[in-house]
Amino acid sequence: MTSSLLFNITTFAYLVAMLLFFAFLASRAKAIGTAGIAAAYFGLLAQTGAIALRWKESYAMGVGHAPLSNLYESVVFFAWTIVLIFVLLDLKYRYRVIGAFVMPFALLGMAWAQLGMNTGIEPLVPALQSNWLLYHVITCFLGYAAFAVACGISIMYLIKANHDESGQKAGESSLLGMFPPIRVLDDLNYRAIMIGFPLLTLGIITGAAWANYAWGTYWSWDPKETWSLIVWFVYAAFLHARFTRGWVGKRAAWLSIIGFAATIFCYLGVNLFLSGLHSYGGK
Amino acid sequence: MTSKQRNLPQSLWDLFCSLKLTMSLLISLALTSIIGTIIPQGPPPQEYLEQISPAKFKLYQSLGFFDMYHSWWFILLLGLLTANLVSCSIKRLPHIWQTIIRPETVMTSALEQSLGAVVSVSSKIKPELLKEKVAAFLRAEFAEPVTTEVDGAWHLFAQKTPWCRLAVYFVHLSVIVIFIGAIIGSLFGYKGFVNITEGQSIDKVVSRAGKEINLGFSLRCDQFSVAYYTTGAPREFKSILTVLENGKPVPDYTNARIVVNDPLTYKGITFYQSSYGNAGDYFFTVSDLDGKNAASLTVNGTSSATLPDGSSMHVLEATEDVSAYVPGLSGPAAQVEIHPPQGKSETIVVYANHPEQNIQQARERKGSPVLQYKGARKRMYTGLQVAKDPGVWVVWLGCLLMVVGVYAAFFLSHRRIWVRIRNGSVTIGGNASKNQGAFRQYLDQLAEKLTSHLSREEHP
Repeated sequence: MTSSLLFNITTFAYLVAMLLFFAFLASRAKAIGTAGIAAAYFGLLAQTGAIALRWKESYAMGVGHAPLSNLYESVVFFAWTIVLIFVLLDLKYRYRVIGAFVMPFALLGMAWAQLGMNTGIEPLVPALQSNWLLYHVITCFLGYAAFAVACGISIMYLIKANHDESGQKAGESSLLGMFPPIRVLDDLNYRAIMIGFPLLTLGIITGAAWANYAWGTYWSWDPKETWSLIVWFVYAAFLHARFTRGWVGKRAAWLSIIGFAATIFCYLGVNLFLSGLHSYGGK
Repeated sequence: MTSKQRNLPQSLWDLFCSLKLTMSLLISLALTSIIGTIIPQGPPPQEYLEQISPAKFKLYQSLGFFDMYHSWWFILLLGLLTANLVSCSIKRLPHIWQTIIRPETVMTSALEQSLGAVVSVSSKIKPELLKEKVAAFLRAEFAEPVTTEVDGAWHLFAQKTPWCRLAVYFVHLSVIVIFIGAIIGSLFGYKGFVNITEGQSIDKVVSRAGKEINLGFSLRCDQFSVAYYTTGAPREFKSILTVLENGKPVPDYTNARIVVNDPLTYKGITFYQSSYGNAGDYFFTVSDLDGKNAASLTVNGTSSATLPDGSSMHVLEATEDVSAYVPGLSGPAAQVEIHPPQGKSETIVVYANHPEQNIQQARERKGSPVLQYKGARKRMYTGLQVAKDPGVWVVWLGCLLMVVGVYAAFFLSHRRIWVRIRNGSVTIGGNASKNQGAFRQYLDQLAEKLTSHLSREEHP
């Protein structure tokens, strides 16, 4: 068993999970929802094994390092964290249908990584040879994943809220029947960001600590750093929106979606469109 | 008129205490920060200047876009945010403080109505004893209660983690602490850069602002080396450094090894491996085509030399054996670039063992002198980032405060329980600063537990 075979199995499992959640949405059959979450669990397990195996394989190649060193490895890890946060949320709140709006993110990541990227294990460049890599990447991506889940929930919120406003329509109501009430969606959105915000904060701080240790500057307004701060500002605004008249509900949901768009730009856009210190992430 | 005068400070205060201002400041900061990630920061490079029109350049410069994170308006936004969060804290903190320090220990009917969760339990146990039993129950299951007697009724009050209500103020404070750390760093610290050639030492560095700074000691580079993976990718950039005080090596800082991600700190100044290059000397002889007027010429790897005909040259790279690059030839060779006073510069290879090739090349260049390569003395230089930042620990303190504060603000809840015992009826009310739904369930379970606890006491 190689890690790359396991990653392919993972991708397939996420595809199956996503399709099952779509079917669950349409059919409202509880068994299909259970099958969906089972496929998600299976994929998560396979991917956990695959990441561990890739880590081991890198040692066998003599260039041993945690599989978090380039774009391929980070996209794979991102998909893993998204499913992890979704599964944890499901364990606690049991709103399976959220999977239909969250699994596509994980599947997109895995499919892009497996089909469109060089999957080879490469030795670690000197700039990344530090334990801070592990702390920094893990905290950042767990945060990003929580924001991905929050974004999925916010999309559901907006669909549901628009539907509630415009009154019942026969065709839609069956699809929306499985949606939790908007009050619950608003609450789940907040809870997901409550997980993501402290992790992003930790991610920025570990990044600053690492930069200070490696370069002597904890903050240099490099595009990646600045974009992570932009993301932080957006979610800080989201957290304050709850207590501000005129900002609750739809506007907060939009903030959550904009926050995730900024997150994705911080993660991918900066490497693709702007130059800076995080260039190794763009290869 | 007087009312207007009184109103201005009041409305300004209201503005600074408003969350609407917080929202607009956070969104403004997020939006404006994008500018500096698109427009290059620092002195704009030539290629960029060619891309934009002079009018645009003037506009950008007057708005401070080339150093936007230190521009007056960005600092103003940060200042307004600071003023905003200080004002909000000043306005709300006294009330929160009272809630923590002087909690209401008696459940009046007004309080009872305001509570999210209220349950009642009845018992036949005598009031005095019942009070003791309920107090013991709260002590064991929740927290130590305070007991008060009012109008023949017993009131018990117990609470958990009241201080977590302060967490959000600690988060706000942490932002200010981080700003203070950053200000200390910019006032009393510096960032600089220095190149040291192997075998040489320096006692000054150049700061980013272009100022020369005396270190107060000397730093020598003993060696610089690069190690590679088998794939050819670099694995390690390493400098061996020695700190010298009055020309003498300092014991614990002799032959200290620094690599990327592992710097050297001495007397609060830290040296980081940042770049490297060749500072070796290359030796040539220069002569006329017929071999007359031969003179030796030494060219340093970091500079260029002038030839008799007025052109300048510098060395691009050199090898001990050229056969791998030029089949049929062997021995040392150097690739040099020659810039004639007029005309185009060109790149040629100068050999040590093939004088005929060197003469041939000189002929082709018409009248330029013949170069003969004599070998090299290899020497590297290491490029070090230098930083002194006495404010960095204040920044870390702020970060710690922020992490702990955010955790407490999100995940801890101030939970309060009031109990009133009157005429054999026990009324339990409570509320939580977070997650009321879960707390209501908790209170219901607590009431059930108390019921069975009391009934066991009634019928032993």
